[in-house]
Amino acid sequence: MELVAEKNTKNFTMNKESEQESKTKISIKNARVWYGDFEAVKGISMDIKPNSVTAFIGPSGCGKSTFLRLFNRMNDYIDGFRMEGKIKIDGTNIYNKKIHVEELRKEVGMVFQKPNPFPKSIYENVAYGLKIQGISDKKVLDSRVEKALRQADLWEEVKDDLKKSALALSGGQQQRLCIARTLAVEPSIILMDEPTSALDPISTAKIENLIFGLKEKYTIIIVTHNMQQASRISDYTAFFYIGELVEYSKTKTLFTKPEKKRTENYITGRFG
Amino acid sequence: MNKIQVNRWKDQLFKIWGIGCTLVGLILLVLFIGDILIDGIMRIDWGFVMNLPSRKAEKSGIYTALMGSLWILALTTIIAFPIGVAAAIYLEEYAKKGRFSALLEINISNLAGVPSIIYGLLGLEVFVRILNLGASVLAGSLTLSLLILPIIIVATRESIKAVPSTIRDASYALGASKWQTIWNQILPASSGGILTGVILSLSRAVGETAPLIVVGALAYVPFAPSNPMEEFSVLPIQIFNWISRPQHGFIENAAAAIIILLLVTFMMNAVAVYYRNKWQKKWN
Ligand SMILES: Nc1ncnc2c1ncn2[C@@H]1O[C@H](COP(=O)(O)OP(=O)(O)OP(=O)(O)O)[C@@H](O)[C@H]1O
Ligand SMILES: [Mg+2]
Repeated sequence: MELVAEKNTKNFTMNKESEQESKTKISIKNARVWYGDFEAVKGISMDIKPNSVTAFIGPSGCGKSTFLRLFNRMNDYIDGFRMEGKIKIDGTNIYNKKIHVEELRKEVGMVFQKPNPFPKSIYENVAYGLKIQGISDKKVLDSRVEKALRQADLWEEVKDDLKKSALALSGGQQQRLCIARTLAVEPSIILMDEPTSALDPISTAKIENLIFGLKEKYTIIIVTHNMQQASRISDYTAFFYIGELVEYSKTKTLFTKPEKKRTENYITGRFG
Repeated sequence: MNKIQVNRWKDQLFKIWGIGCTLVGLILLVLFIGDILIDGIMRIDWGFVMNLPSRKAEKSGIYTALMGSLWILALTTIIAFPIGVAAAIYLEEYAKKGRFSALLEINISNLAGVPSIIYGLLGLEVFVRILNLGASVLAGSLTLSLLILPIIIVATRESIKAVPSTIRDASYALGASKWQTIWNQILPASSGGILTGVILSLSRAVGETAPLIVVGALAYVPFAPSNPMEEFSVLPIQIFNWISRPQHGFIENAAAAIIILLLVTFMMNAVAVYYRNKWQKKWN
């Protein structure tokens, strides 16, 4: 599980306890992002607490996804992408040259806006992240696939046809499969970019319940356009506006007593 | 007449013109195939397929040419398939998008349109003379591989491009490396399209005559090749050879051989169409 090739560098698992004390899972210092000449994230600093749900809200195009994708370095391959600043996860700067991006992404999982299962069986979808790590023992795979599907609240629905194509599942089931696939790798952080925006209300409720249960073990960051969703499931909320962090506090505080006028206007639906 | 009527009339006219044009192609094809069938179908029997070529038309068979074609087909597949797919993967996934890769791209597309006899001349110089392979099955296969490489590369790139980027994202987000993503997700997802491209290009290779004549394929070989270094003939050359003879028996032979060659290419195309449909279904 070592993120960095060198021996003397601390790895994530070792760090967990000390981080619990300092109460910071991800620490962002003055992060800036450019796509070519366009500055999409304009110097954001914030600390994200472990074992909590943090919601990112803000109008379309304000840089929420860009900012979120910094934490698992999914922007790295975008043409013209450039970033400045420091992002530390469990005390390790993840933009350090020695970081193995693949290792980082095993620690920081991601669920996308549109369910994107692989065109393979349900089982293969969940086992994929483990197989690419070289795990091939059938017993280990079976048990971890089952565990992940149970965690994602999908096991009962699919246990009898794990061989079925994942594309045959409903949209909501597909999204829970994508969550299971992420959980199987056992990350400590899960990034979710509008995970329910393509789903019906019932599937959305299921996933919200799921997220609620997961925060015991994971640090979850969720981007959402749905104010009710943010207030229902998150402990902290960050409001972004054109590349800047306007307000960041406990969800209750932000939704009941916002400090900034702009935040109030947004959450009451007066713009955006 | 008002404007709507005029437009409708034009519409009709164009439709009739279109039907006419389609029919010309179809009728010619039917006439051609019908003519060949009448001439050749009676000539096809097991002996025709298994006999060696002979000076007497009724004793002649296509065995050596058919075997030559199969050898060429197999070797060309072995050579062109991995190289073409690897090149396409490099261009699509690894090469930095820039002026150089744009130049490369244009050149590959242009190569697909170079007359096949030019490839024959290249093969003659490089494989037959410089590499000293002689007029062998191997030299012929290498030459045809060059000929179909651009087609395979273009088809493979198109299929890779068609894989939704969400699949890539999902794989990377789970900690897969680039190579793992290509091998486990991109290639399986694009395999139908790649296979279609490869089969269609191979069916073109089976019908090629000119480059193989330039490389030195023979019109008459006494035996089927038993290894890649031996001399060879192929079906189209055999057909050409028979057609240029005056005796009627050989014309019949040529027609029969054409039927077999057509069967081979139709079958390959059918397989290609099958895979294409299967592949399209997967994504829609
Ligand atoms: N690959 C890219 N290349 C260039 N510009 C980009 C790219 N991706 C995003 N942008 C720009 O960066 C800004 C932030 O985009 P981002 O996707 O992070 O916004 P967002 O807050 O997630 O919006 P939404 O709520 O619509 O998802 C936008 O102005 C967008 O046009
Ligand atoms: Mg977004």
